[in-house]
Amino acid sequence: MTTRPDAIVVGAGIVGAACAYYLSRLGRRVTVVDAAFAGGGTTAAGMGHIVVMDDSDAQFALTSWSQRLLDDLLPELPAAAEFERCGTLWVAEDEAQLEAARNKLACYQGREVDAELLDAGQLAEAEPMLRGGLAGGLRVPADGVVYPPALARWLLAEAARQGATLVEGVRVEAILPRAVRTAEGVFHTDLVVNAAGPEAARLTPGLPIVPRKGHLVITDRAPGFCRHQVVELGYLKSAHTMSGASVAFNLQPRATGQLLLGSSRELVGWDSTINRAVLGRMLRRAMEFMPGLSCLNALRSWTGFRPATPDKLPLIGAWAPVEGLWIAAGHEGLGITTALGTGALLADLIAGRRPALDPAPFVPARALPDAA
Amino acid sequence: MSAAIRILVNDTEREAPGDISLAAALLNLGYASFRASVTGEGRGPVCGMGTCFECRVAVDGVSGRRACLEPVRDGMRVTLDA
Amino acid sequence: MPERGSRALSADIAIIGAGPAGIAAAVHAAGAGRSVVVLDAGPRPGGQIWRHRRREQLPRAARRWLERFDRSGAVLLPEASVVDAGAGTLLGAERHGRAVRVHAEAVVLATGAQELFLPFPGWTLPNVLGAGGAQALLKAGMDVRGKRIAVVGTGPLLLPVAAALSRAGANLRLVAEQAPAGRVLEFATSLWRTPGRLAQAAAYRAAFAGTRYRWGTWVTYVTQADGELHAAYTDGRSSWAEPVDLLCTASGLIPATELARHIGCVVEGGRVVVDDAQRTSVPQVYAAGEPTGNAGVDAALVEGAMAGLAAAGRESEARRFLAERDRHRRFADRTARAFRLREELRDRARPDTVVCRCEDVPLSALHPEWSARQAKLATRAGMGSCQGRVCGAALQHLFGMSADTVRVPVLPTPLGVLADLTDSMDDSQGAA
Repeated sequence: MTTRPDAIVVGAGIVGAACAYYLSRLGRRVTVVDAAFAGGGTTAAGMGHIVVMDDSDAQFALTSWSQRLLDDLLPELPAAAEFERCGTLWVAEDEAQLEAARNKLACYQGREVDAELLDAGQLAEAEPMLRGGLAGGLRVPADGVVYPPALARWLLAEAARQGATLVEGVRVEAILPRAVRTAEGVFHTDLVVNAAGPEAARLTPGLPIVPRKGHLVITDRAPGFCRHQVVELGYLKSAHTMSGASVAFNLQPRATGQLLLGSSRELVGWDSTINRAVLGRMLRRAMEFMPGLSCLNALRSWTGFRPATPDKLPLIGAWAPVEGLWIAAGHEGLGITTALGTGALLADLIAGRRPALDPAPFVPARALPDAA
Repeated sequence: MSAAIRILVNDTEREAPGDISLAAALLNLGYASFRASVTGEGRGPVCGMGTCFECRVAVDGVSGRRACLEPVRDGMRVTLDA
Repeated sequence: MPERGSRALSADIAIIGAGPAGIAAAVHAAGAGRSVVVLDAGPRPGGQIWRHRRREQLPRAARRWLERFDRSGAVLLPEASVVDAGAGTLLGAERHGRAVRVHAEAVVLATGAQELFLPFPGWTLPNVLGAGGAQALLKAGMDVRGKRIAVVGTGPLLLPVAAALSRAGANLRLVAEQAPAGRVLEFATSLWRTPGRLAQAAAYRAAFAGTRYRWGTWVTYVTQADGELHAAYTDGRSSWAEPVDLLCTASGLIPATELARHIGCVVEGGRVVVDDAQRTSVPQVYAAGEPTGNAGVDAALVEGAMAGLAAAGRESEARRFLAERDRHRRFADRTARAFRLREELRDRARPDTVVCRCEDVPLSALHPEWSARQAKLATRAGMGSCQGRVCGAALQHLFGMSADTVRVPVLPTPLGVLADLTDSMDDSQGAA
């Protein structure tokens, strides 16, 4: 960093990349700093599911707006981003989950999101590799998938064309008022964005963000095995528990024909090693839905840390206790999905423009001790 | 030399000695390219020991079998995707 | 949860790999009264160097070792691929589509070597294969009679493979050693101290006596026209091209260390670090043979004996082999220095030359300053079926990129088998 930037974004994951993208378009000179390399942290463990979520008004607003922003960028995205509008297929095991699917349908339809309820027969036709005996499902055709590291790198490259700089291999040790301290010295700026994902609380004590570990497995090529991002409706239950280890079936067809398989959630601090018991349960759960998976070869397994908050919503906005500090972190399992909306909202707030989205649910101040 | 057996390669009946590997049999039958790479290039065996995965073929409906590790069997159905 | 169709075994000592090192380890460990199980991915023991369809095809020394192995009391589990090793001594393997768990008090890693493949234009064309690959395919029944073949490169496989192909009726057109004539001559002269090796080299040369054998010569690129391969060679002064039916490249061998790295053994310079009793840095885990450094079959037999004895608690007996082991290692080091790869080989790859064969990633997509993980995420290099075994070594050679961590599964494994191996473990057996 030779010249003083207008903004320093800490973290070159997908959220930091989106922030850099939108801030650069505001005309700000942005420097993005990452301890390792762009898109190599949580972003590399994201499934890249671009999904509209209805579990809260705020989540719906952020995910659907982000999806529209991505749609607008699609013509420019490189092939490496591997975007595919494969749609989401939510799977109901039993009548109770099918009822939940009906409620979901009503929610979506009330908000003009195209969705279709499937009975058992229609479900089998939509995804022939699902086992028999399932109750039905919900298809949301506008959802899609993307390859997160490539999207992050593209956003950074686009930001660079607007004058942004990427600094890799430099760890930010502390965020100071209008500055960051690294091993290479203190760098001053007008504003700092903490987009450090699961590590955000290390740099900004008081942020209610904890690492929530997840496992992933990718298989060898099996073209045609699965057409949608298939998610069990029980996933919603798993994503809401904050204790113990939970698994939920989540399968994605990649552009290569490989299948990306998740998901698991545990709070075990920063232990990134593969936990075999959890991995095994995750695989077992997946094969309960699609028995044919048992013959496909697993090529790789890995883990990542989702930045989890108590109310399941990210923190996007100014952080009053530190002058010039803005937060864009805490996206749990929806970081890839909502990165663009986060970056755009943050840019609106920083520019003092009327934001396209109600920022109130994401206000970082809600985490402060004296918040109402 | 072992007795000859019959295998199906891309639905064509071919003959091979009964005690050799599928990769050796295919090479002897004149198939140099067993599969197409991600960009469509023809690929054949390279390492001969199961490390490189370039000799993958479908055997009896199961894809991804390394021909260099697979002994020929009478009646086996082999599909080359090159 | 009950295990579906999986099997569990236990033994005092589990040996991974039934090549010379594994066989020697098994013979000595069993000889010391321990229960031994040997897992090998192939259908019968012998590894690569002693690969055979019928034992009569093998040299006498190899046959004798196999007979000792048969009589040793060690249990061989053929067609078993070890895909997981939690806590070092709790092994998970896949065999005939089923999960096999092996619990041992000690483990000997005798996982052998793989060939180093260096990218050059045309290296991915059909009928361009490794010298070791050609040898393996020849032993597995490939017919080379009348085929125009060139064997080019360096390393311990160059002459034996050329000899084998020639004896099998190939029309061997060229055998080219990349090391300059000066180094080769110097090395050949030094062999007066080991007349057995000199005689062996001479015998190999005699087997392809009618073939051009050039030093300081290497292949620069290969093209294909009208279904025919054309290989271009140079000796640094002049260059020429010739048609060929099969081009066998020999760039030397590298240790197969995936399992060792997965277990957490310290690996330096691509070799598993072992002490005077073949112990790795992980307690109760030993390594023998090629993984500790490519030094050939004699070294493998000695190290296997040492590892087997040490694993069986007979460390002082193991140490009696130390001088012999170190003698073999010194010879291997001398050989490696004499035949080290010349700089020009690194420069052959052009921007459009594929480096990762599984994912067709060209050289131009790779940035030299990246780590292997960065390269993987940005380009998919190393994300394919071979799990980075081929391109990883090439990336190391071209750019000095060190390999990414090795997680379960160490080999592609059916999800059902992986689930069987993992879901009934408790959390304490987790880490890898």
